[in-house]
Amino acid sequence: MANLTLPPKPKNSLYKKTKTIIILILVAALYVWTFLSIDIDWARAMERAANNFHRVIPRLFDPDWSAMGDVSDKMFETVLIAFAGSVMAAILSIPLAFLAAKNMMGIFSVIGKWILSAIRAFPDIILAVLFVVAVGPTAFAGVLAIAIGSCGMLGKMFSEIIEQIDMDIVQAMQANGANRIQILFTAVFPQIIPEFLSYAIYRFEVDIRASSILGIVGAGGIGTMISFASSNRNWNEMGMILLAIIIVVSVIDFASAKIRSKIV
Amino acid sequence: MTNPKNSIADKKTIPSIYPTKTKLQVTVIFFVILALYLFSMKKTTEDMVNGLDGALGNMFRVLAKFFPPNFEILKAIWNPMLETIQMAIIATTIAAIITIPLAILSARNVTTFKPLYYITRIFLNLLRTIPDVVLAVVFVGLFGIGIFPGILALIIFSLGILAKLISETIESVDMNPLEAMRASGANTLQMIWYALVPQIAPQFTSLVLYVFEINIRASVILGLVGAGGIGLTLNQQINFYNYPNAMTIIIVIFITVIIIEYISTKLREALL
Amino acid sequence: MIEFKDVNLVYPNGTQGLKNINVKINDGEFVVIVGLSGAGKSTFIRSINRLVTPTSGSLLVDNEDILKFRGKDLRKLRTKTGMIFQNYNLVKRSNVLKNVLAGRLGHTGTLRSIFNLYKKEDVSLAYESLKRVHIDEKIYNRADELSGGQQQRVSIARVLTQQPKYILADEPVASLDPPTSHQVMNYLRKINKEDKITTLVNLHFIDMAMEYADRIIGMRAGEVVFDGPVSEVTEKTFEEIYGRAIREDDLRGGAEQA
Repeated sequence: MANLTLPPKPKNSLYKKTKTIIILILVAALYVWTFLSIDIDWARAMERAANNFHRVIPRLFDPDWSAMGDVSDKMFETVLIAFAGSVMAAILSIPLAFLAAKNMMGIFSVIGKWILSAIRAFPDIILAVLFVVAVGPTAFAGVLAIAIGSCGMLGKMFSEIIEQIDMDIVQAMQANGANRIQILFTAVFPQIIPEFLSYAIYRFEVDIRASSILGIVGAGGIGTMISFASSNRNWNEMGMILLAIIIVVSVIDFASAKIRSKIV
Repeated sequence: MTNPKNSIADKKTIPSIYPTKTKLQVTVIFFVILALYLFSMKKTTEDMVNGLDGALGNMFRVLAKFFPPNFEILKAIWNPMLETIQMAIIATTIAAIITIPLAILSARNVTTFKPLYYITRIFLNLLRTIPDVVLAVVFVGLFGIGIFPGILALIIFSLGILAKLISETIESVDMNPLEAMRASGANTLQMIWYALVPQIAPQFTSLVLYVFEINIRASVILGLVGAGGIGLTLNQQINFYNYPNAMTIIIVIFITVIIIEYISTKLREALL
Repeated sequence: MIEFKDVNLVYPNGTQGLKNINVKINDGEFVVIVGLSGAGKSTFIRSINRLVTPTSGSLLVDNEDILKFRGKDLRKLRTKTGMIFQNYNLVKRSNVLKNVLAGRLGHTGTLRSIFNLYKKEDVSLAYESLKRVHIDEKIYNRADELSGGQQQRVSIARVLTQQPKYILADEPVASLDPPTSHQVMNYLRKINKEDKITTLVNLHFIDMAMEYADRIIGMRAGEVVFDGPVSEVTEKTFEEIYGRAIREDDLRGGAEQA
């Protein structure tokens, strides 16, 4: 053993080790806190599950076909909510995106970025709660919730696209003597439109999922039926609803992926 | 316009900037989208009692009911808020563990046995179409009201997202080191541990943190259908028309989400 | 000793990778395999550690037919044959020492390697190997912080740590500039002489082949078209191997700089 030459220990080893240990302790403490204070009545949960299992699970896989008419109506409404909301969001997020793009607004872009992250911090459903109170329990409350909720994410994506454009073309136009509006239309828009569209369509996919649950707070669409079916414990109908959601979401995901691959 | 002869001549000699076909396509698509939008707006607003204008005019007056928020209940909502965070922590941790085999099975470059790859892919795609609330409703029906069904719903919901993102990371790794290890006589487990894990570990952690952020938001929603946490409290206050209390809860959720996202973003930046 | 006996390899898409190969490599030789890209050099070398599997014939390594090897035997064969790649094939996010220790994986139990419990001898060996290629001061740097030449030296150290009987180098200098190429070739040559490790190198640079090889094997379209000591090789030999006149880009140059 004596003739072995071992490599020198890494120089920052002590600092690194303390850092790792502190992080490990923090993470461990977080988990200890979580598991110690979490309050789950296992016995009751398991007992209920044993009692309810045959009443819930088999019925989910045996959809109530007689509800198909109502379910398709509401699912169609869900798609409309998502569509109207996405279009509104796409339009709303354009000015917000320019406001948040560093190469367009300089240091003022910070304001735009703050607005966008504030919007993103609101879960869609909270917005739906607010709008249901504001405009009544209708599908339009859902449209507004989707429109506002989506423009947080969409505005952020759009502003990132704007920040990546080739500024040389803008400079070339400035050198031509073009004014700001002309520059916007000839140098900026052509560079960003395909990506914009692609993200807007992608957001429509996300919004379909979002709008299908808004109904549980009264904002229209299939979620309304989820809410009823669950309070009536009508699991056959829930099976039908679930089937409708899975089919519509899959179809729209597939179509959207096809369209997006054509655009970009 | 003063000289019609001239403008006709112009039309013949000067080509239009875009080909006629493109122009036509764009115009048609634009009007189709516009028509669909107007139709959607009509359909979604037709149930409104006072019509669109009445509702929008009313909006700010009604929203004012939420103000000023009642901060006296802060103490009472502290616990459900922590419960929400705990739900997200547990669910994310368990999902992160279960996701590993699923992600490996749905990565094309590692799972060379095609049927297995396709089955996992289809399973994950189906999983991702089920809304978190539906999962929560079903689990609440099974286990009764409480956080346990909420945690289960979050696990399954985040599994779909996480496994997809991580399998994409695995698909983008550099396969050369694996070849080198194979050439030096390493077994499959050693190859994964030495050549694959170091390449995906930072992204893995980062994606888990990202899904944790999503789970915090989702667990708020789940509470609305009885799956525990702050959402449950919010739902009760709304049902009692106690809007100032609801506003306080909304503000607390907002601040919590911002703080957690800030920490998570910083951690992810340090990782990558 | 490595012996190819009537070895053929047909890829699933019908391409003939190797055609009737009959070659004997003696212990301690430094063999350079030359040929255009697609001539089968890489297939030839990768047959020896079974990264590709010939479809007929027999391939003897130390008098054992390796074409029948599977599982454990195969891994044992691979621990005996170290390999160096054109793109270094290091784990870029791991540090140099960990990359070099990966050369011991075949000699180390799975559990030991997963918990990083390498034997002291192994760590020491890895360090010695790094010293031999003069890259020991970078021991705790991440692999992606090193230049191409440095990364290739780390991959040589990895192979040294493996303590192989044979070294297979597949276009080790194709991604490097002339001075670094000569440095890497010098290390390979030195290791061959000092440790008596049989070395097979794929190259497409004529001047480098002439400078470093004991013996040259020329390949064209999957066949061995020349096999002999360097002393018998002339420019005409290369023209025959390549099937065309020698061009400027067949030469690496820069020998005097190294």
